[in-house]
Amino acid sequence: MGAPTNIGEIRALIAAHKRWDVIFSVIGMAALMVGVLTFAALFIEMIVNGAERLSWDFFTNFPSRKPEQAGILSAWVGSTLVMIVTALVAVPLGVGAGVYLEEYAPRNWITDLIEINVTNLAGIPSIVYGLLALGLFIYGFGLGQSILTAGLTLALLILPVVIVATREAIRSIPGVIREGAYALGATKWQTTSDHILPYSLPGIMTGVIIGMARAIGETAPVITIGALTFIAFLPPAPVTEAFPFLSFEWIMSPFTVMPIQMFNWTSRPEAAFHHNAAAAGLVLVVMTLSMNALAIYLRYRLRKNIKW
Amino acid sequence: MPEHFVSDRLARRRLRHVKERIIEAILFLAASVSVATTIGIVVILVKESFVFFQTVSIWDFLTDTQWTPLFADAHYGILPLLSGTLVSSMVALLVAIPLGTIIAIYLSEFAPFTVREVSKPFLEMLGGVPTIVYGYFALLFVTPLLQTIFPGLPGFNLLSAGLVMGIMIIPYVSSVSEDAMRAVPMALREGSYAMGATRFQTAIRVVTPAAFSGIAAAYILGISRAVGETMILAVAAGMQPNLTWNPMEPAATITAYIVQVALGDLPHGSIGYQTIFAAGLTLALITLFFNVLGHVLRRRFRQAY
Repeated sequence: MGAPTNIGEIRALIAAHKRWDVIFSVIGMAALMVGVLTFAALFIEMIVNGAERLSWDFFTNFPSRKPEQAGILSAWVGSTLVMIVTALVAVPLGVGAGVYLEEYAPRNWITDLIEINVTNLAGIPSIVYGLLALGLFIYGFGLGQSILTAGLTLALLILPVVIVATREAIRSIPGVIREGAYALGATKWQTTSDHILPYSLPGIMTGVIIGMARAIGETAPVITIGALTFIAFLPPAPVTEAFPFLSFEWIMSPFTVMPIQMFNWTSRPEAAFHHNAAAAGLVLVVMTLSMNALAIYLRYRLRKNIKW
Repeated sequence: MPEHFVSDRLARRRLRHVKERIIEAILFLAASVSVATTIGIVVILVKESFVFFQTVSIWDFLTDTQWTPLFADAHYGILPLLSGTLVSSMVALLVAIPLGTIIAIYLSEFAPFTVREVSKPFLEMLGGVPTIVYGYFALLFVTPLLQTIFPGLPGFNLLSAGLVMGIMIIPYVSSVSEDAMRAVPMALREGSYAMGATRFQTAIRVVTPAAFSGIAAAYILGISRAVGETMILAVAAGMQPNLTWNPMEPAATITAYIVQVALGDLPHGSIGYQTIFAAGLTLALITLFFNVLGHVLRRRFRQAY
């Protein structure tokens, strides 16, 4: 096997090798297109099947045995309430944990243990969180199959996302900011609350939005804790007519959420219910995608505007 | 300086010190929630599985070829659920690994700046679609489509669920692989170009081997996602335990079985209730194994440069 010596052969060899660059570019674009086309097919399929069902009534009707009267009222109200609980739990805990790990934590085995746990929890299948909630929140603490249980479960599920986003946002703040604050006599918490947290807010927001988008689409853990698939009533209203005007009864109420409603309609044999499933899926996809898009936009703005 | 003024300031400083300590303690507690969650998962899964394994021997659990815990003639062999999980994951990985790797190499080494800037958020969105929506898509779009190619394909099958799951996993594989490739120092590429290598040769023979452990970690992340995926399978692959290696058949996975039981109304403390924890423990151990493996590989790739 000898290397080609004649100039024509060498040129041909180089051309042959360079052809692979072009071929691979085409293959790469084709691979990307598989993703694009699948997404397009998914979206178009749901529009074709579900668009006719998207009317005002669809949002204000309870689920029903008659597919043309069924709506997602209890599902979207349930999803909203569960998301409120999830955000109220996950944001303080996640941001607190992120701040602790970046600003306070000493280098020791406890910190290592916490870090390993955060990494590992991010890789645990969501259904296992459902089993945790079933064993602990429902039968351990007796919280029942309630909005509170679902909110807590999803909060634990998205905690790693919020923690990682908080840490990354804090890590991008240069050390001179802290040193400047300390030099003026600020304590650690004053530095954190007056400088570190405000500057890392956009980054934290990005993580929270991505986490919430994930939580709103999660089905498996919510099914595992036994959310009902057919709910034809709303949880008690949070605002009451009598003193003290605020009621927290809704938090212990049975509920359903958007993905479960969609699952219920998808697994029915009648094609009429599949139209409802498509419409619910459309609402769900538009919700999660606009949340993701908002997060991506925030991150883009952040990268563009902040130059330390 | 008057005496009371100094003591006043000292008192204030002491108060501030106490406040700082309290805040630090609260933040530490927030951070410990992750440890508590892990402990909670381990305790709950092991506790309920322990009761389960007092009725069913571990040997039967691992070797019996039937999984019929809710029937009169109850069998508790995890193998049918494992085979369903394995076959669907294999199908998904056959889609996600080649496509994810090609996309990663293309985006990291070939794509013009604008293509990369547009594709990355798009891939992220693809990973952000709720899995129940993918389940709907697999059952009501992909399966009918496949039935026109394979007329005998049943309405529930592992093939269509696996294919859609593969598409869902592409972003996980491609983004971690791409990060690993971009972490390869520019000098390696420049050296390769200086020797007269083409872009393709550099990508395949220099960048990919140099990023190998990171790419392997991406594959393992993909495997762990596939094994733990629930809704696509519960919707599109059916919930009938079936010991099979044929993706054209319906079969339940570990995750689909848990969903099936949760949809019913099993009394707390019954053997049926405990089976989902034994199944969950099996699932958690499998994913833990892959997560640890991925972690070790990622650490190696971080140390490389």
